[in-house]
Amino acid sequence: MSNVPAELRYTKSHEWVRVLPDGSLQIGITDHAQAALGDLVFVEVPEAGRQLSAGDACAVVESVKAASDVYAPVGGEVIAGNELLATQPELINQDPYGQGWILRLQADVDPDSAGLLDAAAYGELSAAGH
Amino acid sequence: MVEFGGWDLPVSYGSQIDEHHTVRRAAGVFDVSHMCVVDLRGPASSALLQRLLANDVRRLQAPGKALYSCLLREDGGILDDLIACRLEEQWFRLVVNAATAGQDLEWIGRHAATTGVTVLPRRELALLAVQGPMARALALPLLPAACAAPAAELQPFFAASCGDWFVSRTGYTGEDGFEIALPAEVAAAFWSALCAAGVRPCGLGARDTLRLEAGMNLYGQDMDATVTPLESGLAWTVVLDDERDFIGKAALLEQRGRGALRRFVGLVLQERGVLRPHQRVVTGVGADGEVTSGTFAPTLERSIGLARVPAATGAEVQVEIRGRLLPARVVRPPFVRNGRVLVES
Repeated sequence: MSNVPAELRYTKSHEWVRVLPDGSLQIGITDHAQAALGDLVFVEVPEAGRQLSAGDACAVVESVKAASDVYAPVGGEVIAGNELLATQPELINQDPYGQGWILRLQADVDPDSAGLLDAAAYGELSAAGH
Repeated sequence: MVEFGGWDLPVSYGSQIDEHHTVRRAAGVFDVSHMCVVDLRGPASSALLQRLLANDVRRLQAPGKALYSCLLREDGGILDDLIACRLEEQWFRLVVNAATAGQDLEWIGRHAATTGVTVLPRRELALLAVQGPMARALALPLLPAACAAPAAELQPFFAASCGDWFVSRTGYTGEDGFEIALPAEVAAAFWSALCAAGVRPCGLGARDTLRLEAGMNLYGQDMDATVTPLESGLAWTVVLDDERDFIGKAALLEQRGRGALRRFVGLVLQERGVLRPHQRVVTGVGADGEVTSGTFAPTLERSIGLARVPAATGAEVQVEIRGRLLPARVVRPPFVRNGRVLVES
C-alpha cells in the first residue's frame, strides 16, 4: 500500500500539492507514482518565472524504463524548481513528499477550488491501479 | 510485470539499478523461459544450418561449441538472431527469441522439409540465466550430479547437455555465467535454490541495461527485417568470403559492394538526460541517424545508446531530446565487459 499523507491534495495524474505557510504551493509526484516509475535517473524541473496553466506539462521525470511528464495541478507562476534533483533524482524515490519535491508555484487560483482530490479520494484511485 | 510475445515478464523485483549492480559485482538470475529452444537432428542438420545462418556452423567442430548468428531473408533482412550450439555431430540446438519463435520455426521447417532434418521446439524446457562474476561458483553446486562436472569444465561459448538439462557458458549481460535449460517442472525449485545460495532475482529491466552496456543488440529494437547485419554492427558474425552459399548472401555481397553502409555505433551522452529509441541523431554530414536503444547506464552513471548513423559520421554528434540538441560522443561498443568500463565517458 502506498503512502498518501492526509494533509496534501492530489491529482488524477499522480501529483501532490502542499499549501506552504506563505500561501505558495509545493508540488511533487506521489509515492504510488514513484513506485510505478521505478528508479529515477533524470529530472527536468521548470525555471522560476515560467507561467503555467493547469494541466501544462511542467517537468519531466525519467526512470531507467521511461520518461514521464509532470503536469501542473493548477495554474500559476513557478517560484522555484528543486535544484537538488539535478544531481540526486533518487530523492523522489526515497522521499517523494519531502526532499523529492519538484517545484514551487504561486497559484493564480485558490487551490481549494481547483478540483483537487483529497487523500481519501486519491488513495482509492491509486489503490484501484489508475 | 509486462506482456511480451504472449508471456508475462517481470521488469524488476525491486530496484532495477540494484539488480544491475548485483550482476556486475556478484550474481543474479533471470527467468528467460520465453525464449525458445529448438533442436535440429539428422545427418543433414549441418548442411541445413550452413544454408540458413549467416555465420558458419562449420566453425563448430568441438562438441558443445556455440556461436551467435543472424537468420536472414533472401534480401539480407534479419529475421532473428540466435545462438546455435553443436551438441553432437548430427544434433544442433538453437535458442531463438520469443516474439519471433513462431516465424522462425515456420521458416526453418520450410527449408528443412526436403532434408530429412527434424525440427523440434522444446517448449517443455524453462531457461534461467545465472550471470555475474560469482554466478558459476554459486550455481555449480546446485546442478544435478551429472551436470556439475561437465559444466565446471565449460569454456566461454561452450555448452553441455546432461540428461534433461543443458548448461551453456553464455549470456546477455557482458558478465561470466551460465544459461541453463531445464525441465519446466523443476525450474521453480532450482530458482529457489539459487536464491537461497545468494543469487539475486533480476528482471528484464536490468537485463536490458546490462546488455546495452555490453553492446549487445536487441532484436526488434536495434535490428529487424528492414536492415542487414552489415549495418547492425554484426559484420563479425557473417562469413561472406568463402564458397558457402547461404540465404541472404547475395544481397549482403551486393550491399557491401555498393559501399557507404550506415554504421552502427555506441553513443555516450555528454550532458544530463536519457537517450531513448527513435531519437534523432544530428551528424553534421547531411543525413540524420537514429538512436535504436538508449537508457541510463548504471555502471557508467550516465546515458548511453546504440545508433544507426550515416557512414561519414564523425566522433561527435548531437541527439535531439525533447526539442533540444545535446552533444554525444561516438564510441565503439561494448561500453562495459566483466565489470570494467571500456569507453571514456
